[in-house]
Amino acid sequence: MSTKVSMNVNGKPVLADVEPRTLLVQYLREHLGLTGTHVGCDTSQCGCCNVHLNGEAVKSCTLFAIQCEGQDITTIEGLAEEDGTLHPMQQAFWEHHGLQCGFCTPGMVMVACDIARRRPDADEKTIRHELEGNICRCTGYQHIVEAIESGIKAMNAKG
Amino acid sequence: MYEFNYHRPKSLDEASSAAKDAEDRKILAGGMTLIPSMKLRLAAPSDLIDLADVDGLKGITVGSDTVTIGAMTRHYDVQTSADVQKAIPALAALAGGIGDPSVRHRGTIGGSVAHSDPAADYPAAVLGLDATVKTDNREIAADDFFTGLFETALEEAEIITAIEFKIPDAAAYIKFPQPASGFALVGAFVAKFGGDVRVAITGAKDCVFRVTEMEQALASNFSPDAIADIQIGDDDLLADIHCAADYRAHLVTVMAKRAVAQAAG
Ligand code: FES
Ligand code: FES
Repeated sequence: MSTKVSMNVNGKPVLADVEPRTLLVQYLREHLGLTGTHVGCDTSQCGCCNVHLNGEAVKSCTLFAIQCEGQDITTIEGLAEEDGTLHPMQQAFWEHHGLQCGFCTPGMVMVACDIARRRPDADEKTIRHELEGNICRCTGYQHIVEAIESGIKAMNAKG
Repeated sequence: MYEFNYHRPKSLDEASSAAKDAEDRKILAGGMTLIPSMKLRLAAPSDLIDLADVDGLKGITVGSDTVTIGAMTRHYDVQTSADVQKAIPALAALAGGIGDPSVRHRGTIGGSVAHSDPAADYPAAVLGLDATVKTDNREIAADDFFTGLFETALEEAEIITAIEFKIPDAAAYIKFPQPASGFALVGAFVAKFGGDVRVAITGAKDCVFRVTEMEQALASNFSPDAIADIQIGDDDLLADIHCAADYRAHLVTVMAKRAVAQAAG
């Protein structure tokens, strides 16, 4: 049995028939084709699936699409500008080599933007702690943390 | 995941009747435990009653000697509430230590308390702060609420509406987190109310419990030394790959001492 669900994804209204059991991440990836949001686990631990729900980072694998009726969702695809100019946090990941395989990166970037919003003064220790819900199997985190420090500064400067 | 019927009631009355009418319902709050359990097919309810739109279940009210937190209030909101930080700083700190930031943006106090996970943090605060659990049809004292592994005094279709905490003179919560999951291997919530002290332990048994021997010792001498020699028996303590029963028993004393030191400091 499916139900109509409408929400705003990356600033655009979308409407679809989904089953109640459809997870937000499935909806984004399989219905909307927004495959930038990844699934790395079944247990809400890896953080690859982070998106913003009304501006706050949440794990889209642990949320039904139907719960997002009428809400605003931003995915990694929604960060860069129309002309392809990267978001300051994406640019910082690029410059600081904050990724290797890139699997964890969408979740890392979405959470990094959330840290910047809540903790614009975050130091290295805070950033490491805030990344508790994001797992990276490649980088050893060093460059991710450096990228986020620099990305927060860039976002603060941009205002 | 198996299929289910989804309900999104607008009022508590509607939620209560939807819950009562369903054959095998689960109440959906933040979903941070329920949805993963459904994904793993550990839970397969016929009906989900989502409380997201129910009026009056969110928010924090501070009275002269109580703090009342609506069941749908998120961990993030408790963690960052200036009112809670002022009235019961230990409770705000506890909320800030649950899960990770993205989980705290969704997870709720009502969900955590209703679930009674043996390693959850909130039950320790509920029992340690002598709280009252308010539901859609009654009030339940913390001492009567937690009854076993994922078991509480709640009836099948009963819905928690708020938790009312007593404001202590001093309190602290210290946990020894399992490094991978962050769940408490053992957590101790210690609270002092005048001459009375409550010590609530999570993570060590099927559900949260009090250590009366420590409470009595602390009532006459509120210092870590007073409980240094009190060791709980390890007969009914949890044991798993992360932590043996005797080690958990040891941690109970260590965490309780640290909590007393922090509360007294
Ligand atoms: S896929 Fe969501 S936390 Fe791993
Ligand atoms: S870059 Fe490969 S998992 Fe993080």
